[in-house]
Amino acid sequence: MSSTIRPAISLLVLMTLITGVAYPLVVTGVAQVAFPDQANGSLVRDAEGKVRGSSLIAQQFSGDRWFHSRPSAGAFATVSSSASNLGPSNPALATRVFEDAGKIQVPGQGPVPLALLTTSGSGLDPHLPPQAIAYQLARVAAARQLPVSTLERLMDEHIEQPLVGPPVVNVLALNMALEKL
Amino acid sequence: MHSYDYWLIIAFFAVVLVPAPFLGRFYYKVMEGQRTWLTPVFGPVERVCYRVAGVDAQQEQSWQKYTLALLAFNLAGFLLLFAILLFQDYLPLNPQQLPGQEWTQAFNTAVSFMTNTNWQSYSGEATLSYLSQMVGLTVQNFVSAATGLAVLVALCRGIGRKSASTLGNFWVDMTRATLYGLLPLCLVLALFLVWQGVPQTFAHYVDALTLQGIDQVIPLGPAASQIAIKQLGTNGGGFFGVNSAHPFEDPTAWANLFEVAAIIMIPVALVFTFGHYVKDLRQSRAILGCMLALFLIGGAVSLWSEYQPNPTLNNPAVEQTAPLEGKEARFGTTGTVLWSVTTTAASNGSVNGMQDSLNPLSGMVALVNMMVGEVIFGGVGAGMYGMLLNVLIAVFLAGLMIGRTPEYLGKKLQAREVQLLVVTLLVMPVGVLVLGAIAASVPATAATISNPGPHGFSQLLYAYTSASANNGSAFGGLGANTPFHNLMLGLGMLIGRFGYILPVLALAGSLAMKKSAPIGQNSFPTHGPLFVTLLTVTILLVGGLTFLPTLALGPIAEHLSMGF
Repeated sequence: MSSTIRPAISLLVLMTLITGVAYPLVVTGVAQVAFPDQANGSLVRDAEGKVRGSSLIAQQFSGDRWFHSRPSAGAFATVSSSASNLGPSNPALATRVFEDAGKIQVPGQGPVPLALLTTSGSGLDPHLPPQAIAYQLARVAAARQLPVSTLERLMDEHIEQPLVGPPVVNVLALNMALEKL
Repeated sequence: MHSYDYWLIIAFFAVVLVPAPFLGRFYYKVMEGQRTWLTPVFGPVERVCYRVAGVDAQQEQSWQKYTLALLAFNLAGFLLLFAILLFQDYLPLNPQQLPGQEWTQAFNTAVSFMTNTNWQSYSGEATLSYLSQMVGLTVQNFVSAATGLAVLVALCRGIGRKSASTLGNFWVDMTRATLYGLLPLCLVLALFLVWQGVPQTFAHYVDALTLQGIDQVIPLGPAASQIAIKQLGTNGGGFFGVNSAHPFEDPTAWANLFEVAAIIMIPVALVFTFGHYVKDLRQSRAILGCMLALFLIGGAVSLWSEYQPNPTLNNPAVEQTAPLEGKEARFGTTGTVLWSVTTTAASNGSVNGMQDSLNPLSGMVALVNMMVGEVIFGGVGAGMYGMLLNVLIAVFLAGLMIGRTPEYLGKKLQAREVQLLVVTLLVMPVGVLVLGAIAASVPATAATISNPGPHGFSQLLYAYTSASANNGSAFGGLGANTPFHNLMLGLGMLIGRFGYILPVLALAGSLAMKKSAPIGQNSFPTHGPLFVTLLTVTILLVGGLTFLPTLALGPIAEHLSMGF
C-alpha cells in the first residue's frame, strides 16, 4: 500500500510547489517587470496621484453632465460582481426594459439602443457601443453647454475597433476626457 | 453579422486547427518519454519528482494498479483542497481576512476542482483567499487535466498494444502531462493575458474614488496565472464570480479570441495524439471530422437563435436587435455565442456572458453539447476517451448490422468490452435524469429557482447536466449554494468523472491483452465518410433521444411560448 500512498502524497506536494507556488510566482515576477500597469489592475490616477478607478472596471455615472455606463445588475458592486441572470422569457426583464426605456428615450432620436437597457454579464462592463454613446450626445452637450459636434469628435477619438470584436467606447476614458475640455 | 464577426470565427479556427497536428505529435512524444526541445528544461525536474516520490519511471502498471494510483492521487488532492477551503482563515495569504467555506460548499468546491468540473457555488473575489485560489484551486486545475490526459493515453496504449499486460505508469503520465503538456502553454497564455489587462499581483484590493466621488473597491489578485490554466485545462472555474465576463478576466476582444481558442486547443491536438498511438492518422482525421460536424451544427443553430431579437421586448421605444442582457459590449453576440458553444462542447464551463439569459435555443445547444457526454472535443483527455467510447459503440452497431464480430483497429470487441461500454452509457442518464428528478421533487428546490415557467426547469436541468458532464457552466440564477445542491451536485460530478474513468481503464486493460487480428478486406473501415456519418448519428441518437423529453419541457417549451 505504501507503494501507492508515498507517490500520491509526495507528488501532490511537488505539484503544489510547482504549479501552485512556482508557476504563479514566475508569472507575477515577469508580469510586474514587463507589464506593471496591467498587472496591478490598470489603475487610473488623477493629477495628485489618487486612484480614481480602473480603466477596465465600469463606474456609475448619473446626472445629465456625464455619459452613463451600461446598467449594472449588481449596482456596480465590485465585490462581488454579479449579473441579472434573467431568462429571456422572464416578465421581469420586459418590465424593467420598458420602464427604463420610458425614462431614457429622447423624443426624435428613435428607439433607445439596447445596450442602455440591458445589464451586462459582469455588471462592470466598462464599454458601450458607439451608438449608445451617440444617443447620449445631445443630453451631455446641453448640460455642459458645449456644441454637439465637439462631443461627437471626442466620441470618435475614443472608438476602439479591434479586428476580431465589435467597436466600443470606454466610458470612463470618455468622461475623463470630457472633464478636460 | 459584421466583418469582425467573421474575422473572429476564422481566427478561432486558425488558432485551434493549425497547431493541432504538431501539438498532437508533441503530446505523443512527451507521454512516451521521447526527447523534445523541452527535455533539457523539465527533464531534471521530472527526475527529482520521481526520486522524491520513490517512483521507478520504467516500471509499468497493470490497469488495476494504474487505477489505484489514480484514485489515491485524486483522493489526496481532494482532501488537501477540502482542508484548505475549510481552514483558509487560519492560513496565510488572506489579505481580505475571509472566513473558511461552509463544509457542504467546501465539499462541493473540492470535488468540483478534483473532477475537472469547476462548478462554482461561490464568488471567488468575495469568498476565497489568494492562497485558496493559488495553492488550492490552481493545483487541481493542473492535475485534474493531467489525470484526464493520463487516462486517455492509457486507453490509447490499450488499443495500440498487442498482448500486453500493462498500460504505462500513472505517476509518470501525470507528471509529464503537467510539466510538458500544460505548464509551458500556460506560461505563454498567462503573460499574454497580463499584457491585455488581466491582473497578476499579491497586493491588497485597491480603494478608489470614482469620478463622481463614489467609493469603489478594485479587486485584484494572481488572476492571469489561474485563468490561463482554467482555459487550457478545460477547467473553467473563474477567479472572479462572473468568470470571463469580468473585464479583469477577459479584458479585450483579442484576449477573448485566445481564451476561447485555448479551451479546445489541447483537446483538438489530442485527437492527433491518438492517431500516433495507433499509427494511423486517418483515424484521427475521421474522428476530427465528426467532432467538427457536431460543433458546426451546434454553432450554427446557436448563432441563428441568438441573433433573433427577443419578442417579449417588442416596443417602439426599444431597439430591436440581438439580445444583450448578460452580454459584454466588447464581445458582442458572436463572441459570446462562440464561447458558449465552445465551453460546453469542451467540458470547460467558463463563460464570457450569462448562459441563463441566452435565447432558449442557444441555451439548448449548450445543454445538448453537454448531454452527449462532452465528446465534441471535450475535456483534456476526457473528451477523446469519451469519443473513443462512442467510436467503439458505433463499431459494435456496425458489427450487428453486417453480422460479424465487431473489431476496431484489429481488436475484437467481445462481451466484456460491450458490458463496460454499456456502463458508461448509463453515466449521463443517471446523473442528469435520476439526480435531477430527485432534486426536482424536493420542495426546497423551488426556492432556488429564479426564473418562472419552463426556463426555471431549464435552470435545474442545466445544473445537473453540467455537474454530471463535468462541465461547470451554469444557468447562474439558480441558487446553487444550498447544502442540498452542494451535496447532490457534488455526487453528480463524482459519478460523471469516475463513472467514465473506471470503465475506461478496465476497457483499456482488456483491449491491451488482446491479440491484434490483421485488418483484412472484411473489416469495417473506420476512417471513411460512411463511418463518420455512422459515428455522428450514433452520438446524436444515444445522447439526444435519452434527453429529448427534458429538452421539450425546458428550452423548446420556452421557445414556443415566446412567439419567435
